[in-house]
Amino acid sequence: MTKILNVSKLRKTYTSGSKNLTVLDDISFSIEAGDTFAIVGPSGSGKTTLLGLCAGLDCSDDGIVSLCGEDLSELNEDQRAFLRNQKVGFIFQDFQLLPTLTALENVSVPLELQGASNAAAVALELLQKVGLGDRHDHYPSQLSGGEQQRVALARAFSTKPEILFADEPTGNLDEETGEKVIKLLFDLNKEAGTTLVIVTHDLDLARRNNHVLRLKGGKIIANETTAVS
Amino acid sequence: MNNIKKQNKAPFSWLLKMAWRDGKASGKRLLSFMASIILGIAAVVSIQSFSQNLEENIGLQSKALMGADFLIDSNQPANERVLQIIDSLGGFDAMEVKFASMAAFSKNKATKFVQVRGVQGGFPFYGELETAPKEAATTYLEKGGALVDATVMLQFGLQTGDSVTLGTTTFPIVGSLITAPGSTGISTSVAPPIMVPYRFMEASGLLEKGSRLQYAYYFNDPNADLKALDEILDPQLDAENADMDTHMATSERLGQRYNNVGRFLNLVAFIALLLGCVGIASSVHIYIKEKLRAVAVLKCLGASRKQTFLIFLIQIAGMGLIGGIIGTLLGLLLQQSFPLILQEFLPFEVVIGTSVQAIAVGLLLGVFMSVLFALSPLINTWYVSPLQVLRVQENLGAKSRPAQIAVIVAIVVFIFLFAFWLLNNLRYAAGFVLGIAVTFAVLGGVALLFMRLVKRYFPKSWSFSARQSLLNLFRPNNQTAVLILAIGIGTFLISTLYFTKDFLLAKATLESSEQTPNIILFDVQTNQKEAVAQTITPKGLPILQNIPIITMRLQEIKHRSVNDIREDSTSTIRGWILSHEFRVTYRDSLMASEKLLEGEWNAEVLPNRPVPISLSDNLAEDAQVVVGDTLQFNVQGMLMETVVASIRQVDWGRMQVNFSIVFPKGVLEKAPQFHVLSTNAPDKETSAALQQELVQKFPNVSVLDLRQVLELVEGILDKISWVISFMAFFSIITGIIVLIGSVRNSKYQRIRESVLLRTLGAKSGQILKITALEYLYLGVLGSGIGILLSLVGSQLLAYFIFNTAFVPSWVPFLVVLPGITLLVLAIGLSNSRSVLNSPPLQVLRKEGR
Repeated sequence: MTKILNVSKLRKTYTSGSKNLTVLDDISFSIEAGDTFAIVGPSGSGKTTLLGLCAGLDCSDDGIVSLCGEDLSELNEDQRAFLRNQKVGFIFQDFQLLPTLTALENVSVPLELQGASNAAAVALELLQKVGLGDRHDHYPSQLSGGEQQRVALARAFSTKPEILFADEPTGNLDEETGEKVIKLLFDLNKEAGTTLVIVTHDLDLARRNNHVLRLKGGKIIANETTAVS
Repeated sequence: MNNIKKQNKAPFSWLLKMAWRDGKASGKRLLSFMASIILGIAAVVSIQSFSQNLEENIGLQSKALMGADFLIDSNQPANERVLQIIDSLGGFDAMEVKFASMAAFSKNKATKFVQVRGVQGGFPFYGELETAPKEAATTYLEKGGALVDATVMLQFGLQTGDSVTLGTTTFPIVGSLITAPGSTGISTSVAPPIMVPYRFMEASGLLEKGSRLQYAYYFNDPNADLKALDEILDPQLDAENADMDTHMATSERLGQRYNNVGRFLNLVAFIALLLGCVGIASSVHIYIKEKLRAVAVLKCLGASRKQTFLIFLIQIAGMGLIGGIIGTLLGLLLQQSFPLILQEFLPFEVVIGTSVQAIAVGLLLGVFMSVLFALSPLINTWYVSPLQVLRVQENLGAKSRPAQIAVIVAIVVFIFLFAFWLLNNLRYAAGFVLGIAVTFAVLGGVALLFMRLVKRYFPKSWSFSARQSLLNLFRPNNQTAVLILAIGIGTFLISTLYFTKDFLLAKATLESSEQTPNIILFDVQTNQKEAVAQTITPKGLPILQNIPIITMRLQEIKHRSVNDIREDSTSTIRGWILSHEFRVTYRDSLMASEKLLEGEWNAEVLPNRPVPISLSDNLAEDAQVVVGDTLQFNVQGMLMETVVASIRQVDWGRMQVNFSIVFPKGVLEKAPQFHVLSTNAPDKETSAALQQELVQKFPNVSVLDLRQVLELVEGILDKISWVISFMAFFSIITGIIVLIGSVRNSKYQRIRESVLLRTLGAKSGQILKITALEYLYLGVLGSGIGILLSLVGSQLLAYFIFNTAFVPSWVPFLVVLPGITLLVLAIGLSNSRSVLNSPPLQVLRKEGR
């Protein structure tokens, strides 16, 4: 199996005031294509930072991140953006829909960036798949939290990405809604055959993935294969 | 391995689509940006367009302005040489003599200081004498009648058929004179024209020695090569104390004069536009700040830096274009009103057309300035990291600093270039930029200083409402500094106008003492002196001054003849001195309006010594002479050697007779002279009675009532300040629009604050008080700083430019400050109604939508 994400000796520090904070130190792991992978850890363990570095949203201070065969440190920002558009999907804790666009327009954006002429049709199909076909012309402010996250799911899968990063996808949802969203996420993922990387502090959610990476204080304390796999 | 070389495939149309999608949801915000610049553009376009129309009209009507193709003029009848020149041109086609004098109207025994125009020939050859009745323009010459200025006819209730006496000759009034070539709006206010046939002038006794006459010989020759004629003849005529003027030169001078006024008004309009742009910059700053998260999301999804930057640039440019179109249309409409507003200052009726240049300027300014001033916040979109979707990015400012500096430099350069284009002068353009920078810096700096001081010395002992309203000025995304700037600039302009007008008027104001002249009698001949005095003193009026006046011309400066100097192209001596007829006097002391700067004052001439004279400082500078230099004068045929013994500073603005050359006693007593007498009349009735008697007994004597002149000056200053106020008003309105935009920008923030306070139990009255106090602080601070800045600026103007004492007017403090403050308060409160009137839950629901 090919490795879709390869992280080697990753290090990241932030400057806060006059202090340097080492958020990640000597992180090394890899993910196979098609796998499902959870990153867990307490608050402040560096999960979100690691996700950002793996997805090419940020640059590390040291180490190598290779995503979809590309060394991210050798790409400039626009090149990383292009890579994200072509091969990466995102789901965020606070949905991150564009507030001035309708549900349909939000889902269409990644396809339009690819120059797809059938963006709207594909977007509508995806919205129907997530059960929001009749809400396609509603703005995010007109949708509930669960509905917004479903739109975000449709957007994330619109370009058939090779890898999908989800940062606390149920963090802002109640348990029942969250469960529905997670089920939808895994169903869509299975259908698309996408590699899934979920950052969560929910251990139950983590155990539903093939692998779990545990972080604490910016270091890996465990890299486990779960019973599911 | 780096295989990623390509950019994403979204076409340019996608950027337009995204700009539209995002823009339509933010429609109201974008509309308020647009509104900020509409008025500024309207002001600039209206002035530009009108100025261009005026220039074109002057060009087209230049012949009508002069009434001929060219003329030869002089302060004396044409001498032999000038007559030879005139003959060589085929003889003149018309001529006139112009001078100031008194007119007496027998109907109501009134008198008036007028300009008499004694005309001979078919003048004017271009343009027309506009008269009522119409035929009077052609019949007055053959009938031997007078055409009297229409305003004078109205003022004194005169009709056709009444009579007017000029000197010793009485003319029947055959018509009222509405317009005539060679008479502009302002000059007719000071001395309204009366046109009579030239053949009666000699007999009228008004062409006496001492009268300031101007002879003009008009030529009707459309085929003449005016440029060549001017080059050949003007130097020859200069040598004979005459001058040649072509219609082109006249219209160029007139055009230049109006151009200067137009440029000044353009600057005032430009300030309104700059203010609007500052409003845009501030509003867009908040707008983009709210969009940064969306920009990060777009970058996360794969949009490039250039794409996200362009989406919002297109929105701003689009808004600027629409604002430019609306502003331009409004400006074109506005210029229609200018002929009416400026009619008293214009020499003719201006035909308004559409100026393509002005339209282009309006549209370009709308787009360019919106983009330029929005660039600073827009640049932040370039530096936003997609990581912002996960966490708030710090040090965005530091990353974008070099680009921000470049934008500021670009803005300053643009302002300089535009000012240079308007003013056509590097120094003035630089001065304007400096002035704007200082004004904006002071206003912005004081605003920031105020905020720092309040934070540092926060008045903890104040009531909750007062404290909360102060805190509101520091809320996140506050526009306190921009609002103070907007309010301050408008107040600054209006206040400076009041202060300047007031000290200019104070300069011209008469002292109300009995010992200060308010009636001046000109052209009193030596043999009339006693008789005139005998007319004045029996009325109980004093003779305050009896000033002898002798006319003379310069013959040599520092032993060089004026002719040699005239022919020397490298000479820096001002040309007007070389052929000017000076009116000098002699006395033994300085006057109150004079101050000795250099040398020694000589009360009398000493025997066997050169005649020591005193020059005014401006004359000494123009003639390039200093104390000790010699001047030779031609005193009506007799040459006299003098030496510059002293240089005086003269307060020319004082309402009295001042002299640039003063001789000592003992030299000119026996020279041919005439006199100026002055007296003080306690009231208008005494003045009118005195004038009637004087004009009757001494028709050659001109009487000037300084009270009437002051009224005229006041009237002219009022009109000028009205015009400037009109333009400055654009700044005020723009400031109001910026204020409204800012209130709306912070609306949802204030809703949240208000909801929280009301949830905690605050009453509507308290929230109203907090809101009201917030706007009160803004209004007082903005207008207060503006007025104080204006006070300093006006003081500098008075001292350095106008050389006069500065006495601050009360109007800005008692009218402008409270007026502007109340306006700010009203606008703030009216836009806060929904915040105050809705229940908390309803407000939250509304916010959610």
